[in-house]
Amino acid sequence: MNMIVPNIAPNAVHATPTGATRPQVRIVIVGHVDHGKSTLVGRLLHETGSLPDGKLEMLKAVSARRGMPFEWSFLLDALQTERDQGITIDTTQIRFRTRSRDVVLIDAPGHAEFLRNMITGASQADAAVLIIDALEGVRDQTRRHGYLLHLLGIKQVAVVVNKMDRVDFSEERFNAIRDEISAHLTGLGVVPTAVIPISARDGDGVAEHTARIGWYGGPTVVEALDALEPARPLDELALRLPVQAIYKFDDRRIVAGRIESGGLSAGDEIVIMPAGKIANIRSVEGWPAPLSGPHGAGRSVGITLDRELFLERGDVIAHVGAAPRDTRRIRARIFWLHETPLAAGASILLRLGNKETRATVVAIEKAVDPGELSSAETKAIARNHVGEIDISLAQPLAADPYADNPRTGRLVIEVQGRIAGGGLVLSVDAGQRAVPVDIVPVESALRPDERSARYRHNGAVIWLTGLPGSGKSTLARALERKLFSSGGSPILLDGDTLRAGLNGDLGFSTADRAENIRRLAEVATHLARNGHVAIVAAVSPSRDDRAAARRIADSAFREIYVATPAEVCESRDPKGHYAKARAGVLHGFTGIGNDYQPPETVELTLDTSARSVSDAADEIEQMLIKTGILFDELTDLAANI
Amino acid sequence: MQLGMDHLDALEAQSIYIFREAFARLKKLALLWSLGKDSNVMIWLARKAFFGHVPFPALHVDTGKKFPEMYAFRDRYGKEWDLDLRVEPCPPIDAVDPTLPPAARSAARKTEGLKTALTKYGFDGLIAGIRRDEEATRAKERVFSPRGTEGGWDVRDQPPEFWDQFNASPPSGAHLRIHPILQWTEADIWAYTKRENIPIIPLYLARDGKRYRSLGDSDITFPVTSNAASIDDILVELDGTKIPERAGRALDHETEDAFERLRVAGYL
Repeated sequence: MNMIVPNIAPNAVHATPTGATRPQVRIVIVGHVDHGKSTLVGRLLHETGSLPDGKLEMLKAVSARRGMPFEWSFLLDALQTERDQGITIDTTQIRFRTRSRDVVLIDAPGHAEFLRNMITGASQADAAVLIIDALEGVRDQTRRHGYLLHLLGIKQVAVVVNKMDRVDFSEERFNAIRDEISAHLTGLGVVPTAVIPISARDGDGVAEHTARIGWYGGPTVVEALDALEPARPLDELALRLPVQAIYKFDDRRIVAGRIESGGLSAGDEIVIMPAGKIANIRSVEGWPAPLSGPHGAGRSVGITLDRELFLERGDVIAHVGAAPRDTRRIRARIFWLHETPLAAGASILLRLGNKETRATVVAIEKAVDPGELSSAETKAIARNHVGEIDISLAQPLAADPYADNPRTGRLVIEVQGRIAGGGLVLSVDAGQRAVPVDIVPVESALRPDERSARYRHNGAVIWLTGLPGSGKSTLARALERKLFSSGGSPILLDGDTLRAGLNGDLGFSTADRAENIRRLAEVATHLARNGHVAIVAAVSPSRDDRAAARRIADSAFREIYVATPAEVCESRDPKGHYAKARAGVLHGFTGIGNDYQPPETVELTLDTSARSVSDAADEIEQMLIKTGILFDELTDLAANI
Repeated sequence: MQLGMDHLDALEAQSIYIFREAFARLKKLALLWSLGKDSNVMIWLARKAFFGHVPFPALHVDTGKKFPEMYAFRDRYGKEWDLDLRVEPCPPIDAVDPTLPPAARSAARKTEGLKTALTKYGFDGLIAGIRRDEEATRAKERVFSPRGTEGGWDVRDQPPEFWDQFNASPPSGAHLRIHPILQWTEADIWAYTKRENIPIIPLYLARDGKRYRSLGDSDITFPVTSNAASIDDILVELDGTKIPERAGRALDHETEDAFERLRVAGYL
């Protein structure tokens, strides 16, 4: 049975003269290279009568002129370069109609080198067709594409087993492949809507059941396409309106953006995240005339508010009581496309909705090649591989877990101005304590940029670690004086000083030391968030404790290892502690007990036995300029002329 | 497509989103106004995106060989729509690659005119009204498409683009092409033109059994046989035709790869 309606324009029209519309589904065809994607597309266009007049004849003539047998895939290989190489290098979009659907078919390349193009194509699809060569069976790119469909959030997948003519239309062979791929996809949480035996070249199973696949009782490819559903409605989810821009072309101050989910009307009470400011929508603007509501997901709108609030591109507008989380920390499952593997510690640019922020990869887990059957986990995510990462953000943003909202729960990563990866938000605030509901933090009246404009620096936690007597306090004081002299706002937090007060209840057990460091880090981070440079001088011997401090302070953390040799420290003994410890009257003293764990990676290492205090302070200053804490006057000047 | 939105609403919303992303992320934009049906829809969408304003120049790269009706349209609506119109003349034919076939060579003048305008004004983003359904190589385009410093398109090394996250950082000296109506079809353009009552050049409507489906230079653009005297007629006609839109554009058919060569060199 052929379910195709007679067709139609070269690129079928879906705005009809009567203005009536039919459901449109966007379908991507993926699979291993040479398993027959382009052939299937060419055959589908022919079977649905979607080819422009003369196109088939023209391509047959071109093939004859080149002395090559005609292939259905030539229809898509419109580019010279493709014909030369014989592989599809980019996505191509083709439109045709089935009985009840307008189909936009996206042909995506199977060659591993072009995975970025496969993702570009597949990300626009509501559903996918995964193609497998009956002779070759499931291959690495088959598995990889299956995994990526899951990461791209595509739940409807129809599988076609192609080139059945090459295996004499063997039912046994088909069943073996069907079972293998079904198990793989099901393991990823994707249940195939159909598994169909076909020969794209000869036409069996594409639009018609033929005698050669008489043993198969399921749908043809066209029937399977006809059964796929358009993307699920986003109207039913909570309102998410990411702010694209604020316009003041005339006397109106219009907040512009696209409603990603939910809906809004004039008069709604809204909250602007991550800052949590509340306002009412005064009007929904439009041109040529203002619009009357309500407005649902997918609309690009412009609203005015009933009060003048500071808000900026990247903020997210939601309804009060149903707002996204504000976070500086995200856990995500991502795919990676850049040639340089993504490793822990990497500095990246993250885009989530319209928000852009610098970020640091704090940890990487479960990095694997999704093409392999059972792949070993690696420390970094290589090109075309996937993994889970913890990201610490330089600026807070509003986000949802993907499971709650597919539009505000996905992100991309940019390297050197180019998209290098993307993925789904698994959770926000991973590894951080949730604030109890009855605690309502009060926001400062000042914005960070107001403070940094005055101080000429961003907030930071400068963490000096090293043996007693290594010179931490001396360096900290020199740095404090230096920053203050140039108009900054440094604040010294000395470990011993705080032990006299805030931490007076703590001893020197492992647990007490950890708590001591946590409190220091929390206080320092609070200062940093308010624009000050907190200089912490603390032995902090435990690597784990310092790692915890880094997690608390996030991207504001700058660790400096004061690596003065132990014998020099002991000979200095400024507080007389080494002498007491040697005499056995001071217990739990770090310095002679070998319990100091030197850092492995820090922003700066200094040996005060080999340089003057002012040299060392200069070097710290340079590091702070390079890592974006202190404003470099020259760059700053250049940016403003 | 969501509740209460039809197909044209969805296309409009997506195009507005693209316009606003381009305006937010690039410093010096221009909209390429060819005076044809597609770029008129683009200007309409820009006015929707920016609430009645077009906050960047409209650049007309002028071969000097357009139809008189097109110049009349430009002069009238340039004023009526309050556009910051910049007209850039093209160099003489001798300045263009002599190995191209005649019509392609003539059209390549536009590429040279475009390069001159880029140098003169220092645009980092050009908004162009190409559509995926027009021509096979255009189907491969990204919405934000980086160009080399010479304006060239490297089809083999296009960055990934997904989830409406666009690559908007051209290397210094290069520029971006932005394609807000890439997803639209010819029928969408006409249906939207009708719905929004956007003015058109009368050459698109049939007179004496002929009309233009696509407008280029008057010496290399030919009318098709048609009795479609209104936009409604055009939509009915498109629903039954198998003749490609650019069939009347000589430059597409001279050699198998002429169009692709033009695009790699910076043609739209």
